Amino acid sequence: MNKQASALHNLDEVRAMIKRHKMNDQIFSIIGLIALMVGLLTLLILFIDLVMDGYPKLFSWDFYTNFPSRRAANAGLLSAWVGSALVMIVTFISAVPMGIAAGIYLEEYAPKNWFSDFIEINVTNLAGVPSIVYGLLALGLFVYILDLGQSIVTAGLTLGLLILPVVIVATREAIRGIPVAIREAAYAVGATKWQVVYHHVLQYSIGGILTGVIIGMARAIGETAPIITIGALTFIAFLPPSPVTSTAPFLNFDWLTSGFTVLPIQMFSWLSRPSADFHVNAAAAGAVIIVVTLLMNAMAIRVRYKMRKKIKW
Amino acid sequence: MQFKLAQTLSVATFVAAAFSAPTAFAADKIVKIDGSSTVYPVTEAVAEEFQKATKTKVTVGVSGTGGGFKKFCRGETDISNASRPILQKEIDDCKANGVQFIELPVAFDALTVVINPKNEFAKKMTVAELKKMWEPAAQGKIKTWKQVNPAWPDRPLKLYGAGADSGTFDYFTEAIVGKSKSSRGDFTASEDDNVLVKGVAGDPDALGFFGFAYYEENHSTLSAVAISEKAGKPYVLPSKEAIEDGTYQPLARPIFIYVNATAGAFKPHVKAFVDYYLEKGRPLIEEVKYVPLPAKDQAAVVAHWKALKPGTGFGGKAEVGVKIEDLIARIK
Repeated sequence: MNKQASALHNLDEVRAMIKRHKMNDQIFSIIGLIALMVGLLTLLILFIDLVMDGYPKLFSWDFYTNFPSRRAANAGLLSAWVGSALVMIVTFISAVPMGIAAGIYLEEYAPKNWFSDFIEINVTNLAGVPSIVYGLLALGLFVYILDLGQSIVTAGLTLGLLILPVVIVATREAIRGIPVAIREAAYAVGATKWQVVYHHVLQYSIGGILTGVIIGMARAIGETAPIITIGALTFIAFLPPSPVTSTAPFLNFDWLTSGFTVLPIQMFSWLSRPSADFHVNAAAAGAVIIVVTLLMNAMAIRVRYKMRKKIKW
Repeated sequence: MQFKLAQTLSVATFVAAAFSAPTAFAADKIVKIDGSSTVYPVTEAVAEEFQKATKTKVTVGVSGTGGGFKKFCRGETDISNASRPILQKEIDDCKANGVQFIELPVAFDALTVVINPKNEFAKKMTVAELKKMWEPAAQGKIKTWKQVNPAWPDRPLKLYGAGADSGTFDYFTEAIVGKSKSSRGDFTASEDDNVLVKGVAGDPDALGFFGFAYYEENHSTLSAVAISEKAGKPYVLPSKEAIEDGTYQPLARPIFIYVNATAGAFKPHVKAFVDYYLEKGRPLIEEVKYVPLPAKDQAAVVAHWKALKPGTGFGGKAEVGVKIEDLIARIK
């Protein structure tokens, strides 16, 4: 009798406990949802606001094919987006091969000792250094010591330095995700270390690596501080010499030493104008930067998805 | 490699190339300009038209007056925009690098003191009253309008002004307090004048100052304050006429370009640009809401430029209310 009662009593307790836990579940999911929405909605509202403000310019072709002008109605993004694109090419070429190679070395070849640990800590820390610090470094190193001037190559190398740690960290993370069994199987059939890395590790981790690269590039394209520090221009109404020419040898490197401006600087310059018409341009430029960044991130997700589907192990 | 890296890269190059202009001229044909953000709108307008008219390339950067002089004195730029005269330290820098410069006042800007349109009591002020608000001794003490002028109500006084790195701040403090860069520190400072515009437009107790162009673009949400140089003198609102006849004192300030004398003498494209600036600049200056020099001052500046006389009329010090003619006469 007594036993039965206590069992029943226990059952009630258990039920109450389950109910309580379920409620906690609910509460947490609501908190999580709110946390998510705060971030997403803020971004969304910001973006919608930019699009609404910049609406008249955003869908006009002239905005993308006109040079800057003192008249807001004629002012366009041409030199800014071409400048951004050229700087990104230099950034890509300077940071990505080096970053991936460094990542592979650290993960696959480097002996595990205090020196490797030291490098590892530094690389991770570098990824968090404020971008203005890179700008100051570049001003001293590239502009004055190496005498590259306030040019596209300087800006590209600066942003390259900025995203190098991001690429290295992403490469290492991606490589670390490859099961040890794959490597061991390759070694077992007599592959050399390079064959293992090239035929297997890299093939399977390239999705993750590219994701890191694209996210790094997306960060670089929005950077303003280091580019201002090295001395980007504000008014430039001509384009750098074209990198591709119609006559042999078809490539031309004069553009590397040309002056330039980039999207965020153009936006900043318009924003500080007295006339409200220019603020419309600034909003449109802001929306363009966000769209470019979103597109790059979407590309990263797509690349990762496609690469993952290809892997069969 | 099947990673498409090479492909991605070539696509990016192609896209950039497709929109790029045909192969450009040699780099030494570019007129390189940097410096003050205050002078920037004028120089930008001239650069835009000059480039259209002559196909000579012009680049303009915004590093601030001080930053611009740093580059100018290293010989990196041909022309430096300046919202204040060159200082002794900068003259020394230029000398050390063998850079000689020609000082050319190109226009006037009226520093405009603004209040909220709801403020009906402080539509005119004397310099002495402004000094009382802004001098370093006011810090933490002058907190209400009544403390400045007993006729004004006992309402909190909220100040908005240019950041300490700007030439605007230097000129305002020199003109009002009497010493450049000497100001109270407890005010809302911003390098971005639009922040100041928003601040004053949204606060009935606010007072701020910035360039005339920012007032002109926002005159529906701001009121300008009429300024009297000293007790007994008339109160004058900033306007083109008041600047030209010299009655808007002491806040009418000249803005300058400094031309590298060697470039001005030996680089035809730099010479052509400065010629264009002085000859065709007047309507452009008005278009961007600055005030062109009075005709006879303009003639003096042109003559000064034609003579390629290097040097500064300020002797490396800030100075308020100098007549352009006197200034040019000083450079021998």
